[in-house]
Amino acid sequence: MQQVESIQAEPAASAATAKLGRAIVITSGKGGVGKTTTTANLGTALARRGARVVMIDADIGLRNLDIVLGLESRVKHHLLDVLEDRVTIDDALVGDKHSENLFLLAAAQSREKDDVETPKMQALVASLRERFDYVLIDCPAGIELGFKNAVAGAQEAIVVCTPEVSAVRDVDRVVGLLGNRFRPQLVINRLRPHLVKKGKMLSVEDVNAILRLPLLGVLADEPEIIVTTNRGEPLALRTENATGAAYHAIAARLAGDDVPPPMPPVPKPTLLERIGSLVGRKRS
Amino acid sequence: MIEFLRRLFGHNGSSATAKERLRLVLMTDHLELAPEMIETMKRELVDVISRHVEVDRERIEVNFERQDSTLALLANIPIVSVNRPNGKADATAAPPPQTAPPKSEPVAKAAESDGEAKPPRKRRRRKKSPAKTAAAPAVS
Repeated sequence: MQQVESIQAEPAASAATAKLGRAIVITSGKGGVGKTTTTANLGTALARRGARVVMIDADIGLRNLDIVLGLESRVKHHLLDVLEDRVTIDDALVGDKHSENLFLLAAAQSREKDDVETPKMQALVASLRERFDYVLIDCPAGIELGFKNAVAGAQEAIVVCTPEVSAVRDVDRVVGLLGNRFRPQLVINRLRPHLVKKGKMLSVEDVNAILRLPLLGVLADEPEIIVTTNRGEPLALRTENATGAAYHAIAARLAGDDVPPPMPPVPKPTLLERIGSLVGRKRS
Repeated sequence: MIEFLRRLFGHNGSSATAKERLRLVLMTDHLELAPEMIETMKRELVDVISRHVEVDRERIEVNFERQDSTLALLANIPIVSVNRPNGKADATAAPPPQTAPPKSEPVAKAAESDGEAKPPRKRRRRKKSPAKTAAAPAVS
């Protein structure tokens, strides 16, 4: 009887150690570019693909991922409860409303970022990698200890950048800080194609001529994101929406599928613009 | 008139301004973040110049200055003494006693710098801007 047990246990154990999940930090340097929204939607999209996903809100003191996912009323324990051994990890994980394989580990709201001990954070992420296919870490803005702790346990990084001078500069800085340990992948968020077309906004090419990072995908400045955040239902639940579908394409790329990076549709030229482009051509 | 029409039809993009500002600010950021690179570059710059003239290493100033659309390297390298033109031929033909000490010094510096002067070249290229070297007139 004992023998049978050990024979059964072994392949299971070796399978678990052989395939550790991927710990990916979502960061940007600058605040307000869409890290939390990206984390929530990527988590949702990856879970919809059947992957087991846990999202960690590492923004201690400014908990937000729970509210974007609509899970705020279910959070009973948080990251620091786990790190300081007050509760087990299973007590603190909150199951998502919409996706079975998706879990949240919320940030502590009444504590500070400096309260996290880096080695404990690393150990936690390592233990979660044994149980989940993806550990998505929502990094706080800034480059201080909160950033360092969020990055500590990760092997991969996604940087979120909006087509703005300040955001690009901050991403450039963050990529420098991430150093050689990471080869960050880029998500460009809140692009307004009609402004790019008019030359009023940095284009994808402009941004990546500077950052030179592998492009995961580009997301439009989508009004529906505001609505979905109001409701606590990630847009990735609605694949009929172009941006919702774009999150799925990014998730697919992250998972290794050979699909092109999603791009917001280029608006058709208006009559006025067509005349305008003729005038522009004459000039050059 | 054409400019007006371009504006009317939406060709007054500010993204070019954004691109230009970003390019410059990132160059300055990268320089600020790499003080040791600047020190190395300064040392190597002086090593190269020292092969030809003797410079005052204590009073060297290297600065980066932003001009309208470029970032320029401005170096002020005081020169202590200058070898004669065609120095090699002269040195073997007639070594005058008073020029001998300064001459031997730069040669020694050049020799010791040879070994360490190789890696930085490619780093310097990162700046993509014209390097202006303003050398002060000789002191002696």
